[in-house]
Order: sequence, then structure tokens, then C-alpha cells
Amino acid sequence: MKVVHPEQEYLAHLAEGRFMIQRSAASGDYVFYPRVMRPGALDDDLEWTEASGDGVVYSTSVVRNRPPVEDYNVALIDLAEGVRMMSRVVDIAPEAVKIGMKVKARMGEIDGAPVVLFAPAEGDVQ
Amino acid sequence: MSEFPRGKTAIVGTGIFGIDSRPGYTATELLGKAALMAIADAGLTPADIDGVFATLPQEPFSAMTVPEYLGIRPKLVETSRTGGSAFELHAMWAALALEAGLVDAVLICYGSNQRSASGKLTGSGAPPFVYESAYKVRNPVGSYALSAARHMHEYGTTRRHLAEVAVAARKWAQLNPDAFSRDDLTIDDVLNARMVVDPLSVRDCCLVTDGAAAVVMTRADRARDLPNQPAYLLGTGSATWHRAISAMPDLTVTAASEAGARAYAQAGVKPSDIDVLEVYDAFTINTILFLEDLGFCPKGEGGRFVEDGAIAPGGRLAVNTNGGGLSCVHPGMYGLFTMVEAVTQLRGTAGARQVADAKLALAHGNGGTLSHQAVTIWGTAETL
Repeated sequence: MKVVHPEQEYLAHLAEGRFMIQRSAASGDYVFYPRVMRPGALDDDLEWTEASGDGVVYSTSVVRNRPPVEDYNVALIDLAEGVRMMSRVVDIAPEAVKIGMKVKARMGEIDGAPVVLFAPAEGDVQ
Repeated sequence: MSEFPRGKTAIVGTGIFGIDSRPGYTATELLGKAALMAIADAGLTPADIDGVFATLPQEPFSAMTVPEYLGIRPKLVETSRTGGSAFELHAMWAALALEAGLVDAVLICYGSNQRSASGKLTGSGAPPFVYESAYKVRNPVGSYALSAARHMHEYGTTRRHLAEVAVAARKWAQLNPDAFSRDDLTIDDVLNARMVVDPLSVRDCCLVTDGAAAVVMTRADRARDLPNQPAYLLGTGSATWHRAISAMPDLTVTAASEAGARAYAQAGVKPSDIDVLEVYDAFTINTILFLEDLGFCPKGEGGRFVEDGAIAPGGRLAVNTNGGGLSCVHPGMYGLFTMVEAVTQLRGTAGARQVADAKLALAHGNGGTLSHQAVTIWGTAETL
């Protein structure tokens, strides 16, 4: 699927419950965040492709809040496709998220907006 | 090899004003006070200034607002917006413009009233980056926390190491009568402080103050006829590898490693020659990262380098001698204050915090979320 308006289309895919990232047809390299070209190259042959959803936690933090607002996790996830994104790891306590933990993407919502979240992958619940 | 005009320009005047809480002042008014102090300190008048490099955080048109306010009609203006490192970039452009004869005297100036106006770090004016803002990362501290967590994971850096940085900064601040936070601070105080974004507590974070600073630069030949001992600009370097923390290739290595190498090469000096190091310590992890990236210890050793008061007064390296962004002043963009403190040390007028026989000082700036790095190296006449 050809890319015309990268940010708008990425968000539209999220709204439809799909986690899509870009891949350069010629080089096969993946690109995130969505752009009109592969960074550092002249390639503009980017296409949308469904992300595998497999990832590993590269770094993690806990955003502390005053009650009643709950603390939450913010992490950087290295995707199997070789790109990194910011997200939250959910379904476990925010401070239980560890660097190197295998995680799996799923769709979620923050303040009513559709987002990609991650949960511990089966077999890596610590 | 670049032909940077090593030692051909110098800072000849400095000013700092309102580095605490100054309700009732606008940012422009604070800047105006510091600018007048710097021009007078240089032994000049506003009519002598023909270059104005100005930054008001909330004012995209600072380049016109500030000259108008000061009653100056500059031939050249500059208002790079790289965040807190803008002023080190200004010094580089000023050196090149002065050497080329475009201008004869450049005023670099900054003012912010963030503390009395909002009580929070002033915004950058940048639009939200949807790939991060959707997750409500609490920037800037949230990005630095991710860097700190990764550094801890890869190199065994601990919260106690981070606390050492905060305590060292406070001990320097206790020697600086102008510093904002001068109460006693212990390692345990930092470790037990309220967490903001793990692994960083409120004591790992910079101050939120008002404040303004200004410096005047001119060519070396003219500098020698002015009242102050000049601080000569020997080398500069800058680099950017990312804007958003999620796009930073390695969260433990900043572009200061590239910027610093260029600055050392231009200056013809090496890290072990530096007498005074002023790095941009918006958060405690910064000092550890920049000690490594600027060559004062190997990558990953920054935490162990700062142990046992090694960067506090009386330690092995004089770092952030004014108390830094952590304990002296942080009005949103701290980078001009590292240059002012470097010059103060080279002049030998730093009072109780004076580093004996300081001849070479490195003043560093950091912008965004470790995004832009700029390094300036300054020396006394002996280093020319």
C-alpha cells in the first residue's frame, strides 16, 4: 500500500485498529516514525506494512503522579523490524517493566485516542 | 581542517541578573538588566554594539524585540533555537562574524521569567510530536529518565551515582552567594526525594528559576584595550543526531562526543588540560553523560568517576563551579550561564569558589532532549 500522507495515514490505521509501519520496497528497510522518505536516503518508495508487534524493551521509566492519577509506564521498544518507538508497557506494574523484556503489541486507548501499547510476551512474564 | 579563528575573539563583559524569583519583571526586562550590566562591564556603551544575538524563550522575534528594547540598531542579528545550547552556537557565529569584519562587538543575551510567571519550565514553543505525546511522556524529565535507565542497565550506574552529582553541585553552590539553592543536601536526601519519573527524583532535576545573562564579544586586539582580562575563544564544536528521545540512536552516547572532539581539535588542547568544566546539568544523568562524551573518563565510567565527591569542591575535577543548573540557576535555557561562569573563573574573580590558576575552561550547552550539543573552549592570554 503506497504512502501519500504518512502521519495522517498512520493515525487513520490506528483508528481502524491496525499497527502499520513503513518499509522501503527497494531496500527492504523499515522506517518509523512515518516519513515521506527513508531517513538518510533518497528512497521515497515507502509502503505500509503490518508490524509484527514483536518487540524488546530498550529503556523504561515510571511517570509518577499525585493521586488519584495513577502512575504509568513510558518505554522505548525496539521492534523486530529494526526500528524503535515510544510506547507504554501495560498489564504489569509500571516499575516491573525491565529492559530486555520481550513484549507484544496490542491496540489500546489513552485519553480516548487509539494507540499501540505493549504487554509482556508469553514466556517473559517475570 | 577548519580554520577556526583560535584566540582571535574574546568575551570582554558579562552580566547576570535575577537568577532567583523576580515577580513583576517581564523576561525582556530581566534580559535588559543583564545586557546593560554586560555592556558596562565591557567598558562599552550600547552604541558600540553592532551585533545582537538574543533569545527570549517565548518570543520568536527576539532578534528584533531585543535590539529595539535596548535602543541598538545592529548590523547582524542571530536567534538560533537549539534550546539551551543556543548560546554556545552564538559564540561560534560571533567569532566568525567578528573575524570576518562583519561586526565589531556582539552582545549575546537571554532572559526568562518562568518561575514567577508560571512556576514551571518554560515551553519551547515546539508543536507536540504525536509519536511521543500520545503516551504522555513528561518532557523534558521523562526523556532524560529513559537515558538514565539505559545507562544504569548497560554500565551499572546507580541512583547513588546520580545523587553524587546533585550533592557536588550543591557544595559548589554553597560557595556561590548568588546561587539559588544553598541549603545542605546529602546523598540520602536525594535518594529519598519524591520520584518525578523513575529513575529520577525531584533532586535529580534542575531548578526552576527566573534569570537573565549576557556577554559581550569582540576581537582580541580590541579586547586588550578594555578593562577586563579577556577570555579568549579557542575552539567550538556542535552537533545534532536527533530531536526526539525515541529517535536517539544510543541513549548513552550524545552528540557531545562529536562536538567536543571538534572543539578540542580547534583549540589544540585535550580534556586533561581543562582546569574548569561547565556542563549543562539539567538533570544529574547529564553530568555523567557529558563527563564521558567530553573525554574526562571512558564511556560508562561516569558514575564511578563522580564517586566520593570527585567533582565537588576539593575533588579531582572542578565541575559546574557556580552550582550548575541543579543548584545555581535554571531559567529554562541554561547554556549562557556555563559561559559566564567559565569567564568568571578565567578572570579569577569567582571568590570562594575560585579554581586556583584556572587557564582553560570548557563551557558546554545541551538543547532539547539531549538533542543538540555545543562546546566552547575558553582560555586566558597564556593559552594563546
